[in-house]
Amino acid sequence: MTDTILEVKDMKKYFNSPKGKVHAVDGVSFSIERGSTLGIVGESGCGKSTIGKSILRLTEPSDGQVFFEGKDITEISKREMRRLRKDMQIVFQDPYSSLNPRKTVSQAIREPIVINNIIKGKDAINDRVVELMEMVGLDQRLYNTYPHELDGGRRQRICIARALAVEPKFILCDEPVSALDVSIQAQILNLMKDLQEQLGLTYIFITHDLSVVKFFSDRIIVMYLGKVVETASADDLFKNPVHPYTQALLSSIPVPDLEARKERIMLSGEISSPINPKNECRFAKRCRFVMDVCHESAPDLTEISEGHCVACHLLKTK
Amino acid sequence: MNSNDKKVLEVKNLTVTYESEGSVVEAVNGINLDLTARKTVGLVGETGAGKTTTALSLLGLVQKPQGHVKNGKIIINGKNILEMTEKELENIRGKEIAMIFQDPMTALNPVMTVGDQIAESIVKHEKVKYEEAFAKASELLETVGIDKARAKEYPHQFSGGMRQRVVIAIALACRPGILIADEPTTALDVTIQAQVLDMMKKLKDEYETSMIMITHDLGVVAEICDEVAVMYAGHILEYGVLEDIFNRTKHPYTEGLFNSIPDINDDKIRLVPIDGGMPDPSNLPKGCVFHPRCPYADEKCKTEKPELKNISETHQVACIAYDRPGFSLGRSNS
Ligand SMILES: Nc1ncnc2c1ncn2[C@@H]1O[C@H](COP(=O)(O)OP(=O)(O)OP(=O)(O)O)[C@@H](O)[C@H]1O
Ligand SMILES: Nc1ncnc2c1ncn2[C@@H]1O[C@H](COP(=O)(O)OP(=O)(O)OP(=O)(O)O)[C@@H](O)[C@H]1O
Ligand SMILES: [Mg+2]
Ligand SMILES: [Mg+2]
Repeated sequence: MTDTILEVKDMKKYFNSPKGKVHAVDGVSFSIERGSTLGIVGESGCGKSTIGKSILRLTEPSDGQVFFEGKDITEISKREMRRLRKDMQIVFQDPYSSLNPRKTVSQAIREPIVINNIIKGKDAINDRVVELMEMVGLDQRLYNTYPHELDGGRRQRICIARALAVEPKFILCDEPVSALDVSIQAQILNLMKDLQEQLGLTYIFITHDLSVVKFFSDRIIVMYLGKVVETASADDLFKNPVHPYTQALLSSIPVPDLEARKERIMLSGEISSPINPKNECRFAKRCRFVMDVCHESAPDLTEISEGHCVACHLLKTK
Repeated sequence: MNSNDKKVLEVKNLTVTYESEGSVVEAVNGINLDLTARKTVGLVGETGAGKTTTALSLLGLVQKPQGHVKNGKIIINGKNILEMTEKELENIRGKEIAMIFQDPMTALNPVMTVGDQIAESIVKHEKVKYEEAFAKASELLETVGIDKARAKEYPHQFSGGMRQRVVIAIALACRPGILIADEPTTALDVTIQAQVLDMMKKLKDEYETSMIMITHDLGVVAEICDEVAVMYAGHILEYGVLEDIFNRTKHPYTEGLFNSIPDINDDKIRLVPIDGGMPDPSNLPKGCVFHPRCPYADEKCKTEKPELKNISETHQVACIAYDRPGFSLGRSNS
């Protein structure tokens, strides 16, 4: 039996812009198993953050459903949603702007405990703050320091402690380590992995860094201009990428290894605009295998082997 | 490094500080650097290592009044940059030495067409008519992969990758002998980064430009550099040809950087981060600047400042742990 914690069905999010409708997310479906990590990758503007925000209803999706533990949370009231946010937390890229500069480390961590009424009694709350600081590796001597006195890595630890304070089941991580130096990034990634194991957390991990997503995820979704082009287990995706975009993306990663020099698939052109897209494959303009049919309709996501789905017209020609 | 190869740039004992309200940031602390004709040297290191400050020094652009070049020599084609007047500096910037910044938007003028911006740079250094310069500018756009019909468009009409290519076109307009690129692809998507790096490699060969590539990405270094200087807290800790740094790693900090990156060719379950965080630049550790985070540090490292010493003809490392008999790093080196 699989234990699905979150399911997204045909999610769409369109924004109005002076030039037309921005199809930021255009019919995306996936589900996540409890205790696992789903990575969402793709280039700037492909809709990763918009999916995240729509799941938590920080922005209202234009269409589609989100089931959390079986319940359609696109239907529930704002008030009920607020209560559910206890179970569903978010950690953002920029640990600085998501912290109040006038609150000390302990005050910042105490806040969500008090607001959500997680624990009552001053001593119990203080104990919990100390415990949370320990969990995320913040030294007790930082109890009364302010965020600006700390480096990015420690600030991100505060954000993680705040997310954990309400004892969530699910955490959406939107580029949580992108702003950090590699030596600090590695500390935070290890921490997040340990916490997942200890607490049975489920993560969505949004990033544009493919080496990080491979290290961190069980399953991966590759997006291109609002659509899923390929989804597979992390191993499968890296061993056997099928979509021409995934292939190009993986081959573009600069590898810090002199022996690993490999064939690079160079894409020409740049990502096209997500405004009023035609009914065609959105990657057609940059694709080295483009055929007439690619301009005639958008390919559907099709399962090619267990758990491995690809949206590409090439599949039909094989 | 063949001794017959011509040095186009020599940095000797460069020391730069930023001073404000009683606190002194020691940004660059006595570094030495050589650039040989047609080679690319990578400056690698994390935030605050002093990479940008080093680059700005080479162009005489360290920000005043806080910034002070305290000491050192920067010799470009036989002349010491640090003894030049502003006017003399103006004349060599762009022509003998040019720089590409990380954020293309700050480098471009938003109210001027990209064609005009490239042409302006050409007119400034070469005695040509404007029409001729503009025609040359259009050609350069084609060289960096942008349709010359778009020369009359403004920066905001271009995507991030295209803007960065325009910045590269401006930098290359006068065929500078030395090109400094400060994180030129960090803000770009990987597929666009691959295009831009590929283009830079080709142009560098074609124009016979020597280059300093500043980056925090060891993958990018492997891609484009011939030599590498690993910087930390204003010091060069290890210096060598690409194979020295990647396959014969000697400094614990360099090892820590490699261990911190998830490797797509290797299924690591856990990463091995470097403990702790960056030191306070206005209060650098005594002894070796890296010792508080170094897993190999002993008492001596807390007091004795290591010098960058040659361990082979091409390879230098600043680490006194090698004074201990039989010392070696955990990283398996080929
Ligand atoms: N509030 C908004 N109004 C209009 N358009 C928006 C809004 N938010 C996002 N978009 C557009 O929706 C698309 C998807 O944006 P989104 O931020 O989800 O991308 P992303 O994949 O997270 O990119 P990045 O890697 O740069 O963070 C983009 O074209 C973006 O310009
Ligand atoms: N204008 C300035 N005034 C004061 N301090 C400065 C100034 N510019 C840089 N510094 C400080 O000098 C040190 C070196 O900074 P520099 O920008 O050269 O590092 P970097 O290696 O380029 O880092 P990054 O990877 O973040 O770009 C840092 O501690 C920085 O805070
Ligand atoms: Mg985003
Ligand atoms: Mg810099």
